[in-house]
Amino acid sequence: MTSGELSLPDLVEFYARRIEAEPSLNAFLDVYAEEAIDRARQVQEKWRSGEAAPLAGAVLAIKDNIAIQGKKLTCASRILADFVSPYNATVIERLLAADAIILGKTNMDEFAMGSSNENSAVAPVHHPHDPERVPGGSSGGSAVAVAADLCTAALGSDTGGSIRQPAAFCGVVGLKPTYGRVSRFGLVAFASSLDQIGPFGRNVEDVARLLNVISGHDPMDSTSAPDPVPDFTQNLHTPPESLTIGLPVEYLSDEVQPEIVQAIETAKSLFADAGYSVREVHLPMTEYCIAAYYIICTAEASSNLARYDGARYGYRAAGAQDLEEMYRRTRSEGFGKEVKRRIMLGTYVLSAGYYDAYYRRALKVRTLIRRDFNQVFEACDVLLTPTTPTTAFRMGEKVQDPVSMYLSDIFTVSANLAGIPAISVPAGTDAQGLPIGVQLLGRPFDEATLLRTAAFLESHLK
Amino acid sequence: MEYEAIIGLEVHCQLSTQSKIFCGCKTDFGAQQNTQVCPVCLGMPGVLPVLNRRAVEFAIRMGLATHCRIAEHSIFARKNYFYPDLPKGYQISQYEEPLCEDGYLEIELESGEKKRIHIIRIHLEEDAGKSVHAEDYVSENETLIDLNRCGVPLIEIVSGPDIRSPREAYHYLVRIRQLVRYLEICDGNMEQGSLRCDANISVRPKGQDAFGVKTELKNMNSFRNVERALEYEIQRQIAMLERGEPIQQETLLWDAARNRVVPMRSKEYAHDYRYFPEPDLVPLMISSEWRQAIAAQLPELPVARRERFVRDYRLPEYDAAVLTEEKPVADYFEAVVKAGADAKQASNWVMGDVLRVLKEEKIEISAFPVKPEALAEMIQLITDGTISSKLAKTVFEEMRKTQKSAKQIVEEKGLVQITDTGAIERVVDEVLAANPKEVERYRQGEEKLIGFFVGQVMRATRGKANPQMVNQLLRQKLSRQDG
Repeated sequence: MTSGELSLPDLVEFYARRIEAEPSLNAFLDVYAEEAIDRARQVQEKWRSGEAAPLAGAVLAIKDNIAIQGKKLTCASRILADFVSPYNATVIERLLAADAIILGKTNMDEFAMGSSNENSAVAPVHHPHDPERVPGGSSGGSAVAVAADLCTAALGSDTGGSIRQPAAFCGVVGLKPTYGRVSRFGLVAFASSLDQIGPFGRNVEDVARLLNVISGHDPMDSTSAPDPVPDFTQNLHTPPESLTIGLPVEYLSDEVQPEIVQAIETAKSLFADAGYSVREVHLPMTEYCIAAYYIICTAEASSNLARYDGARYGYRAAGAQDLEEMYRRTRSEGFGKEVKRRIMLGTYVLSAGYYDAYYRRALKVRTLIRRDFNQVFEACDVLLTPTTPTTAFRMGEKVQDPVSMYLSDIFTVSANLAGIPAISVPAGTDAQGLPIGVQLLGRPFDEATLLRTAAFLESHLK
Repeated sequence: MEYEAIIGLEVHCQLSTQSKIFCGCKTDFGAQQNTQVCPVCLGMPGVLPVLNRRAVEFAIRMGLATHCRIAEHSIFARKNYFYPDLPKGYQISQYEEPLCEDGYLEIELESGEKKRIHIIRIHLEEDAGKSVHAEDYVSENETLIDLNRCGVPLIEIVSGPDIRSPREAYHYLVRIRQLVRYLEICDGNMEQGSLRCDANISVRPKGQDAFGVKTELKNMNSFRNVERALEYEIQRQIAMLERGEPIQQETLLWDAARNRVVPMRSKEYAHDYRYFPEPDLVPLMISSEWRQAIAAQLPELPVARRERFVRDYRLPEYDAAVLTEEKPVADYFEAVVKAGADAKQASNWVMGDVLRVLKEEKIEISAFPVKPEALAEMIQLITDGTISSKLAKTVFEEMRKTQKSAKQIVEEKGLVQITDTGAIERVVDEVLAANPKEVERYRQGEEKLIGFFVGQVMRATRGKANPQMVNQLLRQKLSRQDG
C-alpha cells in the first residue's frame, strides 16, 4: 500500500468485489462500498498533500456490535435487525479521525454469545479454508474478513476469547487488550466487566497500528484507564533483550490436539534459542475459570440485555394484549436460543437465595485468578499457551452440546477474568491444513512487550 | 387494647443539578416531553454511564448535614426490573456500600420535645421516566412514555423505624424539606414530585417489643396526604388486628381522591431486584480533602441559625423560628439588619408585611420587589421619627408598587411627619376650640376622650403629625383649667 502503486479507491473496490465474490462466507452483514470509495478518494487526496493521518490506507471491517452513526447495529440479532445507531462508538470516532476507511459490518454470534458463529440470527459464517468448518466466534465475521482478504484489518470484541479463538481458527493475528485500554463506549454490552474491543490483522504490525489509534482514556467510559498509550509500533521488530516466558502447565493437558502441543514446543524452542528464559509456571485456579466465567458473564448479560423489551426501539412482537405479553413475546421471538439460555442462567445466578452461592463466589474466584496471574507475572514477562484446545471444528459438531462449546474457550477466558492483555499468533497448520494459534498473555497495560514478543514469534515461525 | 405505630420513611429528593446523573442532558421540570434525552439516558445499545460529580457533592452535603458517616469507598449497583419507563431494564442505584450511613435528624414536636430520628443511609440513584395515562392526548388502551425525568439524580434517605405517629412523620418530612432547601440541593416540591415519600408501617400492642407485619405505602404526593394516609393505614391495621385478621406484607397506593389505600398490582413491582455491582462504573472514592471542602462550604443549618438569631439579635424564639424556616427569608432578614435596621423592627416587618405579601402573591422572596436595603431605609425613617409606623404602611405599599425608595416616596407625597411643635400646637388649639363640649367633659374626668382629640388632630394633619407629640401637647393643654 505504502508504495502508492494501487490507488486507495481501487483497493476499496477490490475488497468490495471480493466480498461480492465470496457471498457464501457470510462474513459481512452490511457493506458501505460506495461511501467507502468516496472516502477513499478524500483520504487519497490527503495522502498526496502529505496530510494523511496514521491509518490512511487501512480499509476496515467492524464487528456489528460496535456503533456507527447512521448505520445498522444489529448484533446479528433479530431483536435489533432494523436498529440504526444514532451515535458513533469512541473507537469509530478515533478510527475516522485517523483516516481509516470503514468498509462494513461483520457477522457474529448473536450478541457476541458463541464460539462458532453458528449463533448468528442471519446466517452462520463459514471457515475460509473449509466451508464445512466454523471460523470460531463470536467475532468470526471479522476474523474471516481479514483471513479471506476482504479488508485490511478489522475490529472485534472479546469477552471470553471472541477475538483470539476465531483468529486462531482462521490463521490471523487477534489481540484482546488490557481491560480498560480501549473505550467500550459504543460497544453493545454482553458482559461489561469482561468485554473489550480489539484488533484483527494479517500481521502483528497491523494489530499494533490499530491499537495505537483505538487505545486511551475516554471520558465517556468510566472504566477506561488513564494510563498513557505508548507507540506500539516503535521497536516492534526489535526483539526484547531479555525475556522470561512462562509456560502454565495447566494449559497443556492431554485434551489438547497434538499438533497444537507441537506448535507450543516449537515456540518454546524458538524462545530458548533466542536466549530467553523459558520456565514452567502454575496457575492453580485454572480449573475454575470456565465456571466463574459463565456465571459472571451470564449474570451481566441478563441485565445488559434487559433493555431489549420492544418498548422504545428494536423488534416488538405485534398484537400483544398487555405489557407482560408484549415483553414475553418480543423477547421470545427476538432472541435466539443461546442468548435466551444465557439470560436465564444469568437471571438464576443473581436471584435471591442463589446470589451468594454463585455470583458472589464467582467474584471471589475471579479475585483468586487475578492473584494467580499477579504472582506468575512477578517472575515472567509473558506467558505462552495454546489459544484453543483444537483447530476449527465442524459446523454442527458442538451446537447441540453447550458445555463442550463452552470448553472451547478454556484457554482464553482467564485473560478476561484477570483483565490482562492476550494475543493469538498463527503458528502453522495441522495435518488437515487448518491454522493453529498460540496465545501470549502479558502484564496489565504492557501490550508493548506482548506485541514485541508476538512479532518475534511471527517472524521466526514463517 | 392500646396500639403503637412503627413508621420508617424513605424519602426521595431530586437533586437540582444542571444535568442528569449519568449524562449531560438538562433536568428542567415541565419541558416538552422527550426533549431532554440522549442515547445514554434512553438506554440505547452500547452506551455507558458517567457519574455527575455535582450530584455526588449534593448527596454528601445532605449526608454531612444529617451527621452521617461519608463512605470513602462506595459502589453502585443495578436494581433489575422491567418497566416501560425504565429504559435499561435496571435502575443504577446503590445497595451494598452506600455513600452515607448512620446519621440522624432532630425533629421538634408540638410539645416542644425534641426527638432524634435515625437515618440508616442516604444513597445516590437515577430517577425513572414517567408513564403517561391520564391525559386527554392518551387514548384508552395506550401508555405513553416521557423520559425527560429519566436519569435525573436522586438521593434516597432511609430513616430508621423511629417514627411513632403521622404527626411525627409530618415533622420529619418538614425538616427534610427545610434541610434540602437550605443546602440548595433540591427544591423540595412534593406536588411536582421533586420530593417523594414512601412509608413502611406496622402497628403493635403497646409494650410489645417485636415489630408487627409491615406494609409499604406509596403515592403520597403532599405533606397533608402523608399524614392522612398514615393515619388511615394505622387505623386499618389496628382494625384488622382487633378482628384477629393477619396483616399482609404488601405494597399499597394512597388514593387521595377516595381517601383510602389500594393494593398495588404485583405486576407493577418485582419481587426480586437481583441487585449486583454495576460493572460500568468504578467504585466511588471520596477523599477526606473533598469531604472537608464540601463540609467547609455547608451553609449555616436551620437549628444553628435559629439559636444565633435569638442570641445575637435578641429575638423571641418564635420570631427566630419563623425567620429561619426558609433560608432566603433568613438571608433577607439579616440583610435588612445589616443595612442598619433595628432587629426587632426588621423582624416585625419581615414576619408581618413581607411574608404576607409573599403568600398573597405566591412568590418567592427572591422575586419580592423591595430589596433589603430599601426596607432597612424605611425602618430607619420610622426609628428616627421621620414617619410614623402607620404612615410606614402606606410607604411600604408604595415601595412595592413603584420600587421607589422610602425617602423619595415620603418627599413626593409630603408624608414627612410633622415634628414642629409650633405647627402641631396650632392645630391642637384649633381642635380644642372647635370642640368645647368635649373639652369640658374631659376635664370632668372623661379621660378616654383623649383618643377623640388625637384622632381630630391626625385627621387635620392628614396623619402626618407625630402621634407622641400630639398626645403630649393635648394632655398639657387639657390639664390647664384656663385653656
